[in-house]
Amino acid sequence: MSAPEIRCEQGQRQVFCGLSGIVWLHRKIQDAFFLVVGSRTCAHLLQSAAGVMIFAEPRFATAILQERDLAGLADCNQELDRVAAEVLERRPDIKTLFLVGSCPSEVIKLDLGKAAERLSEVYRDRVRVLDYSASGLETAFTQGEDACLQALLPELPTRAAGERSLLIVGTLPDVVEDQFKRLFDELGIGPVEFLPPRHATEYPSVGNGTLMLLAQPFVGETARALQKRGATLITAPYPFGIEGTRAWLKAATDAWGIPAERLEAVTAPAIARAEKGLARQRELLAGKRICFLPDSQLEIPMARFLQRECGMELVEVATPFLDRQLMEAELPLLPPDLHLTEGQDVDRQLDRVRAARPDLTVCGLGLANPLEAEGLRTKWSIELVFTPVHGFDQAADLAELFARPLVRGALLKV
Amino acid sequence: MQLTLWSYEGPPHVGAMRIAASMKGVHLILHAPQGDTYADLLFTMIERRASRPPVSYTSFQARDLGRDTAELFKTTVEATYERFKPELILIGESCTAELIQDQPGALAQGMGLPVPVLPLELPAYTRKENWGANETFYQMVRGLLKSRVPAPGTERELRAQGTRPKANLLGPTALGYRCRDDILEVTRLLDSIGIDVNLVAPLGATPADLLRIPEADFNVCLYPEVADQACDWLRRSFGQPVVKTVPIGIGATREFLQEAARAAGIEVDTTREPISSRMPWYSRSVDSTYLTGKRVFIFGDATHAVAAARIAAEELGFTVVGLGTYAREFAREVREAAKRYGVEPLITDDYLEVEAKVAELHPELVLGTQMERHIAKRLGVPCAVISAPVHIQDFPSRYAPQMGFEGANVIFDTWVHPLMMGLEEHLVTMFREDFEFHDGATPSHLGPTTARMSQAPDSPPEPTETAVVADGAMVWAPEAEQELKKIPFFVRGKAKRNTERFAEERGIQTITVETLYDAKAHFGR
Repeated sequence: MSAPEIRCEQGQRQVFCGLSGIVWLHRKIQDAFFLVVGSRTCAHLLQSAAGVMIFAEPRFATAILQERDLAGLADCNQELDRVAAEVLERRPDIKTLFLVGSCPSEVIKLDLGKAAERLSEVYRDRVRVLDYSASGLETAFTQGEDACLQALLPELPTRAAGERSLLIVGTLPDVVEDQFKRLFDELGIGPVEFLPPRHATEYPSVGNGTLMLLAQPFVGETARALQKRGATLITAPYPFGIEGTRAWLKAATDAWGIPAERLEAVTAPAIARAEKGLARQRELLAGKRICFLPDSQLEIPMARFLQRECGMELVEVATPFLDRQLMEAELPLLPPDLHLTEGQDVDRQLDRVRAARPDLTVCGLGLANPLEAEGLRTKWSIELVFTPVHGFDQAADLAELFARPLVRGALLKV
Repeated sequence: MQLTLWSYEGPPHVGAMRIAASMKGVHLILHAPQGDTYADLLFTMIERRASRPPVSYTSFQARDLGRDTAELFKTTVEATYERFKPELILIGESCTAELIQDQPGALAQGMGLPVPVLPLELPAYTRKENWGANETFYQMVRGLLKSRVPAPGTERELRAQGTRPKANLLGPTALGYRCRDDILEVTRLLDSIGIDVNLVAPLGATPADLLRIPEADFNVCLYPEVADQACDWLRRSFGQPVVKTVPIGIGATREFLQEAARAAGIEVDTTREPISSRMPWYSRSVDSTYLTGKRVFIFGDATHAVAAARIAAEELGFTVVGLGTYAREFAREVREAAKRYGVEPLITDDYLEVEAKVAELHPELVLGTQMERHIAKRLGVPCAVISAPVHIQDFPSRYAPQMGFEGANVIFDTWVHPLMMGLEEHLVTMFREDFEFHDGATPSHLGPTTARMSQAPDSPPEPTETAVVADGAMVWAPEAEQELKKIPFFVRGKAKRNTERFAEERGIQTITVETLYDAKAHFGR
């Protein structure tokens, strides 16, 4: 099968920086604290994204650089030690402290790696201090998770040589994690471990017998780093929709040497349920034209699911960053004549959207309401990262996310 | 470095964005890294605007830093002008661009664009959002009008006989707290005494509109945080008087009308209320008696905090126990007000300092920003929002001004709502063991949550106080501790603190039931 041609675009980008990953990562890893070293802008981003929830005790904060830090009047390392001490005094329950780099900290070349080493030594046996960069210079939106997971890798214990295990990489909602665990149990695949873990005390182990399945398409650097530790990457489409989930599981059973009949038998009830649920949504979505603006790197698997399983027509699919290795199994499933874009020049892209007038545009919240006001239905993309959408039992829910704005558009008479 | 859990203001370039987004025909070009477009969401989501803010970003990335970011900036300027054809271009830098020093202002000015280009200095590591808005608005007004300033000594032309006086309403912006409805309310107020509004700026104005500012008889500085520099300059340059009273609260609204009338040179019948408010009667009605002396902590921008303190003390009968602002530029106003209520002013932008102060003061109600809602949740204190920063729920669909007489109505409802209602408060105090209406439960009119109770009902309310117990070698006798729990939740913290202070001053080692009541008699409620 031939994959579609990829066009690259450069210009103004309407995406989040990697810092926004903290908004879901702090919920997933419950005993971790994220300390951003950056400017007031970074702090403002975080609280604009998460601050609508009222926190009794937030698990993230910003060490805002001051003039004297920039002028070299204050020793940034001493300052950082003081701020970290303040955080840990306030939150004695914290087990992992992430120092998160930002654009300003990177431009002034503040060495957070060294700082993390030093602080790890100071708080030995109590708190691990890790660092990663989630600056806009380096990362777009979900790439922040990729960077965070990489920082965790040195903490992962090494598994004995040749000992087989399955490692699922990428944040999954707890409910989905449990579903997958049950499926793998029934298939006879194990031990199965997840990265990131729910608690920083439950790190998965990795060795040359470890097979990796990626649950998210944006953890490429993490996967490559795990390969360096001996793990083997199983290439598969991502577990969205029935087709994607089945292929994803099949890649694991193949690697494990489990016969196809076994996979059929184990997955049949869930697939039957999913087909029933999906049929209702397909009625609403079939024949509708959809456009994806770049946001999370989830665009390609989502588009594949909507086109092949829900009968939608793809107008343009754009992704902020296209990792060819990670999309190897996905690209051939897309229609070969698809307009596939990597990168963004937002104004020109909007011109194309306006000209094509799709039935649904998947975009960020900075663009959604303005497009709605132009009479275009939108689906805000960030929700795809915050909703359980993986696996058989979420296939209909995933389709429903896209059907909902269309249903709503039809319902409202005002 | 400053540890910041929550920050009260964004960076100064967000202030510049607020000015650009308020106006029509103005476009801001920001030299900023990929990701800084998050700020668009403030406008499209929090304020639910139906259009993109008129802001273009260079969105540079790491790979651009090796190349020519200045060239990238110029390309962005060209493309932006071609596409949007604004009447006026603002140039700004975000915090990261400030570090790489491409001098975008000078670059853009050298590009020979056919419209005015105004470079902004927005020092991101020393200044903040309101300063950025204030500076941007001032630079724009000055830039557009400086060539029209009359020669020194020129007399202002007298208003033609029989025409109504006109005022400019300066200061309302996008993302401003309740600006949308305040403008309507103030326009109505002025109309009621025979004054017209010449123009509102920056909200809704074009650069061409700003040229009409001098046509008004005076300026109303509605939001000093945004407009005081511009108003001052207009007074000096065009001799336009500035009405400085901000009409939030009944008393302030009356004073505002007096001041506006003086500025317009008209007589206003002081014996007749031009528009009535229900708030004074609501506050006098016996149902409100239980509000008397409720201890309230107030924090916000200076304008709203000072106005709130006056309303609390003079119009609702609360006791102001704390007053502060995050706006250092307006600290003087807050200090003066704090003196009036006999409290120590709290001037800080450090959220943790505010939290510590609230914990120390044990108020029964917190009036603050979105950030104080976090504090209030942690400490289990009722809270209402009076000032930015705010979130989406405080950009309501309904008419919800803070200013003028209707504003006072809105304020009465909003502030009283989170408090436990009178009957419930009495019964909870009398009967302490009810399984449903117990001490730590959320007031029942607020629904079924138990969020109110961040501390278990029978633990002493403030952990910080136990420190005093330890190092002062002072202990609570078990009976006294039991007795303390019989004091209603919302005043228990204060009672505990007073008793300990009382004991400490008298060198009492063990606090008994007697000590508790002695202290109560000593301090009053």
